[in-house]
Formats: sequence, structure tokens, C-alpha cells
Amino acid sequence: MTYNWDFHGVWQNSDLFLWGLWISVVYTFGSIFFGIIIGFITCAARLSGWRVLDIAARCYQELFRCTPLLVQLLWFYYAFPLLVGGSIDNRVAAMLTLSLYVGAFYAEIFRSGIVSIDNGQREAAAAIGMSPMQSMTRIILPQALKRMLPSFINQSVIQFKNTSLVSVISVADLAYMAAVVNGQTYRPLESYTIMALLYIAMLLPLTQAADWIEKRLRVSD
Amino acid sequence: MTDNQHQTPIIEAVDLRKSFGAHEVLKGLDLKLNRGEVVALIGPSGSGKSTFIRCLNHMETPTGGQIRFHQKLVGNSFRDKGDVIGFGTLRRQVGMVFQHFNLFPHKTVLQNVIEGPVTVLRQSKKEAEELAMDLLGQVGLAMKRDAYPNHLSGGQKQRVAIARALAMQPEVLLLDEVTSALDPELVGEVLAVIRGLADKGMTMAIVTHEMAFAADVSSRVLFLDQGVIAACGSPQAIIRNPENERLKGFVSRFHGQG
Repeated sequence: MTYNWDFHGVWQNSDLFLWGLWISVVYTFGSIFFGIIIGFITCAARLSGWRVLDIAARCYQELFRCTPLLVQLLWFYYAFPLLVGGSIDNRVAAMLTLSLYVGAFYAEIFRSGIVSIDNGQREAAAAIGMSPMQSMTRIILPQALKRMLPSFINQSVIQFKNTSLVSVISVADLAYMAAVVNGQTYRPLESYTIMALLYIAMLLPLTQAADWIEKRLRVSD
Repeated sequence: MTDNQHQTPIIEAVDLRKSFGAHEVLKGLDLKLNRGEVVALIGPSGSGKSTFIRCLNHMETPTGGQIRFHQKLVGNSFRDKGDVIGFGTLRRQVGMVFQHFNLFPHKTVLQNVIEGPVTVLRQSKKEAEELAMDLLGQVGLAMKRDAYPNHLSGGQKQRVAIARALAMQPEVLLLDEVTSALDPELVGEVLAVIRGLADKGMTMAIVTHEMAFAADVSSRVLFLDQGVIAACGSPQAIIRNPENERLKGFVSRFHGQG
């Protein structure tokens, strides 16, 4: 069976693809930004030594790590407004869900990075009179960040792919736009292939950079 | 040295107790450490000597009794509260060297040594570096100033760790089994540095398994056994001519070594 590839209709809609790609990038970086803040707070709560904070942070993490992102999106868009009475903008629901989702994973990456640093480092910092804050910022974090970096980049790459799910609540990202173009041109093979290639074009440089960074970090250890 | 008895101690433990859960490791220990004194703590493993020395700078929080620094009570918070001094203040003046060195691997030798003076004492970098280079010279590692700890031998690491502690210009130095993690051929270079400090009048408390060294360098030896000070006296009395039966048994195992 031969198929006549025809990119003409798709090409005419290239502005939709680019706009969709831009929206995907915005949701990726937006949710990474908020996710870092959420992850940082959650990580601080887990390491605070206060049982209540620790348990609350843990509950949040497990809730978001153990349900599929798609389920979370549907819940925040369709169920959550009923719970609080009112409605929620689909873009707000999308950004909120993506941020909470990635924040739960970031928190775990931050936490495991920090606790992986040998306790002797904390003791050595304490022994020269450093406050817990000085010890954290000058001794523990610089070492922990290095260990966190590969998993952090990995999680962020996954996050970019995850944004494609926001199309189910009608946020006009790349996946949504591909469906729109397909609807107009009846060219699913071309529309969805272009979409896939655009995702690859975005992420391939990132994964390569991550590998390179990891190798470099290993050398300096 | 006879007027030591009348001098006020720099650091003092009074009826010091420490429990980990239900297990009582220290059962009421007293120690007065006077200026210029070198006290060696010896005893079988599990006797509580490391816990004891770690309580002296609040690396472990005592569960009973007191630590006094220049007769002032040390409290359980980092900062001073009225007459009670905080353990942050205490640690600035009481240095510690660890069995496993615990150098900061992301900093060079010189950066390791100036970290405390610059971050904690707020010295200028230049001032801190001058002192640091002087100290690195004293421990014989001035040429390693720009090396990272991972490129040093165990003995070199421990000498850097000693310089790092000294850079705070502490009144007392606590040494917790500082040669136990070293290959035998590297022990000597570290002991030589400590001996040099003792000769200069540095006040030290030393937990060690090196009996010959303890006998040689210390002015007083404490024998800890099962969480109490079982014997205390001059190196002559404790190590060379032990009377206590358990002490005899303990010391005899080390004879012929060193």
C-alpha cells in the first residue's frame, strides 16, 4: 500500500503548530517554575523535623505521585469546581495541575539529594560554628545540587511531554493544535507526524545536554 | 603545672550523662580541662569516650549534667541566651577533628581552611588566607593549597582537617580517634602534627587507641569503661603502671605496639 504524503495543507497551518508549540513551552516552563517553588517548600517541610509538616507534605506527594496526571487534570477541571462552588478556567486548572504534579516529584529529588550528603559534612560545618542555615547553603546544598541535577533534568524532560495531556481540557497546546489541523485537513498522518517531530526536535537537544552534564559531573567527582 | 588545680578550667563537664533511647552511654562524668593541658581518653570500644568528647562541643546533646565553658553554662540553643552561652558560640572556640576527616569535597584545601574564619568569624578573605597558609605550612601542606580533598592521602586529609580546626583559633581542640581511619604508615605524620601542637601549649582532649602516643603526649589520662571514668591519673600511673584490673587488661593488649 502506498500513501501519498501531502504536507501542503499542514504547511498552510504551520502558524497553528508554532502557536501550539509555544503554548506547550509556556506550560512546561511555567509548571517547572511553580513546581520548583512547590518542591522546595515540600522538601523543607519533609526535612523540618516537625511531624505534622512532614506528614502533610508526604500526603501531598503520594497523592500526586500515585494518580495519573490525566486523572488529576480531569479532576481539577471538572470535579474541583463543584467542590469549591464556582468554575475554574481550563488554563488555570492546567497550570495548577502540572505544577502540583511536577512539584511532588521535584520535592523527592531535592530531598533525596540533600539526605544523600554524608552526615559528617553537617558535623564538620557545625564543628566550625556554622549555623544550620550556613551549613545548608555553603556546605550541603552545593554538593546536593550536583547530585540532583541529572534527575531534575530528566523529570523536566518528562514534564514537557506531559503537557500534551492538557489538550484534553481544551488548552491549545501542540497536541491540541495537531488535532485541530487534522480536523481541517483530514491529514492525520502528516498532522500527527509533524507534532511528534516537533516534540523530538525540542527534547533531543535537552536529553543530549543532560547526558553531557552527567558525564562532566562524574569526571569532577 | 602544680597551680593547675587553682586555675579555672576552660571547659568543664559536670555529672555529664547521655542516653540513646533506653541505653545510657555516659553515666555521670566529670572533667576539668585547664589551659595547656592535654587529656587523653582511652578505653574499650563502646566505653563512651567518643560520645563524651562529642558532648564537649555539643555535637551530641547531653541528656543530663552540664557543660561549662569558662564557667558559663552551655545551653541547648545555637545562640547565647543571657548568661547561658549557645553551642554556636562554644563551637567557635572549641575545635574538633573527626575520625573520617569530613573535609568539604567541593572546596580546595585552602577554601576548606578559610571557610570557618570567613563565614563564621567574618574575617576578610585576605586575612583568613594568610593565617590559613601559615597553618598549612605548619602541617606541611602549603603546596597542596589548590588541591581538592579527593586527591589527598588520608594522612594529608587529616592534616588539612587539623589546619581547618586551628584556623578558627580555638582555645581547645577535641580530637576524636583521628588516626583510626588511616593506613598504619600514615599515622605517624598526623601524630607528629598533634605532638607539635602539644609542645606549643594547645589545650586538647584526645580520644585515641595509640597507647604509646597517649602516654607520651598527654598530661593526664582518663580510662573510660562502661560509661564512667574508671581510672584517672598521669600517663605514668594509667598506662605504664596500671593498677586497676580492667585497666591492666586493656592496656596490656596494646603493649608492644607503637
